[in-house]
Amino acid sequence: MKRHIPGLSAAAKTDLPVLLPPPAPRHHAGVLNFSHWLASIPPWAPFVLVLVAMLLPSLALAQDGATTKDSPFTVLLRWIPFLVTKGFVYTVLISVLTMLLGTILGVILGIGQVNPNRAIRSVSYWITQIFRNSPWLVLLFIVMLSFPFRIEVFGLTIPVPDWSKAVIGLALPVMANISEIVRGAIGSVPSAQWEASESLAFTRRQTLYQIILPQCIKRMIPPWMNWYAILTMATPIVSILGVEEILNLTRQAIEAENNRPELLIPFYGFVLLIFFAYCYPIARLTVRLERRFAVKL
Amino acid sequence: MTWTPDHPIVSIRDVEKSFGTLKVLKGISMDVMKGEVICIIGPSGSGKSTLIRCINALNDIQGGSITVEGQEVHDHKLDKLALRRKVGMVFQQYNLFPHKTALENIMMAPVKVLKEDKAKVAERARSLLKKVRLEGKEDSYPGELSGGQQQRVAIARSLAMNPDVMLFDEVTAALDPETVKEVLVTIKDLAAEGMTCILVTHEMGFAREVADHIYFTDKGVIVEHGPPTTFFDNAKDPRTKEFLSQIL
Repeated sequence: MKRHIPGLSAAAKTDLPVLLPPPAPRHHAGVLNFSHWLASIPPWAPFVLVLVAMLLPSLALAQDGATTKDSPFTVLLRWIPFLVTKGFVYTVLISVLTMLLGTILGVILGIGQVNPNRAIRSVSYWITQIFRNSPWLVLLFIVMLSFPFRIEVFGLTIPVPDWSKAVIGLALPVMANISEIVRGAIGSVPSAQWEASESLAFTRRQTLYQIILPQCIKRMIPPWMNWYAILTMATPIVSILGVEEILNLTRQAIEAENNRPELLIPFYGFVLLIFFAYCYPIARLTVRLERRFAVKL
Repeated sequence: MTWTPDHPIVSIRDVEKSFGTLKVLKGISMDVMKGEVICIIGPSGSGKSTLIRCINALNDIQGGSITVEGQEVHDHKLDKLALRRKVGMVFQQYNLFPHKTALENIMMAPVKVLKEDKAKVAERARSLLKKVRLEGKEDSYPGELSGGQQQRVAIARSLAMNPDVMLFDEVTAALDPETVKEVLVTIKDLAAEGMTCILVTHEMGFAREVADHIYFTDKGVIVEHGPPTTFFDNAKDPRTKEFLSQIL
């Protein structure tokens, strides 16, 4: 909505002294910091940056007339289909499964944080706080190293693949953060809504599931998407533990090309870009939804 | 003890209520007969709203007793839900469910709480909307309605539970002067149909017109009460006189 501010907008001019409204913050600090920052980047900027970075070693190489090797760019083009189909697809898969698991557990935990039973409430609170404030990599190590690599059920051996353990390990901090989102959203619904449904003879449970939570969903979507983008950006840490995803495969690809140093920037630059290309639209959408859902009651 | 209509439908005896160390109600008693319209007036902070919130157990009490149809409200064994089906309440801030349309707001409690048939409830909800003069607003969301319209939906929502007693907690206090009237007309219709109403209000003209009995509270006690004509024209207590002189 556009307002005419005397002295500011052309339509309403005045020479009287006016108190101007404070400038709106460019991206306000808050729960969606990450998405705001990501969405504020011009979409071409990372591409240009990586392109420049790629050109530098290529030029250096071009001056070294003796070489008969392919240019780094040609090498990268050869590897891209492999990196995407065998690497990035798994990155996305891990992030989606992690988000799914983290959301299911987080919603349960978040609802637990507002349970009238004090014991349930404090257990949910502490689980949330512990996993929210622990280093992700440590949680990942604990899960990866303590979980068995196969389970035997009725003499049947079921292998537990590394990626599934990575999903569990990453889902723990996501769960804790979703739990906080749910608790915050429930708390943001005016208490008058609880009273109104109480006075209509709704039980606490009915009130929560039929009145309060449906009002929360809209409020939870932007922070939830924000966490998905953060999580996706964080998935490469699972490569440390040998899970096959894009970062791991990139390293292997460079090794397969005899560790040529001029390949480093094009290859890792490509990884950077593909993450950006995936997360950027999510961040833009998050910011847009946040604006659209910012309705007062 | 079974309740019969010749006994008070709501009976309040020596009710005391504190918020922490602050004593809000210091021994309030009143009786409301079936079909009566009661107005509670008094300065802000005199405990009016607290009192009516105690009637449907939204607030608990520390002393005395409140019975609705002979049933003690502040009994720990009491089924609060059963009580709230009998006592409807309308709030100052409407408190409609913002994610539901007007019709859904009205239908929700009968369908989910009373487990009534959805089609029958829809029919009743439509006639209630008609009763509060909001035909055509079935599919509007609360955000699309004016304050007065929202408040009338809130009244219809309470009525959908077929309560025996209606509580109105300063229902016109948040409305602008033009819309106050449309809400008051709705309440007047209800009173004319014989609904037992307990209102906390600042609308003196309205209280005088519809009330059967007026209670004036100040600092947690009932200072004076009586039928409107006696109350407004022949107030005896100096505090009542002072209050009335300030607002009339």
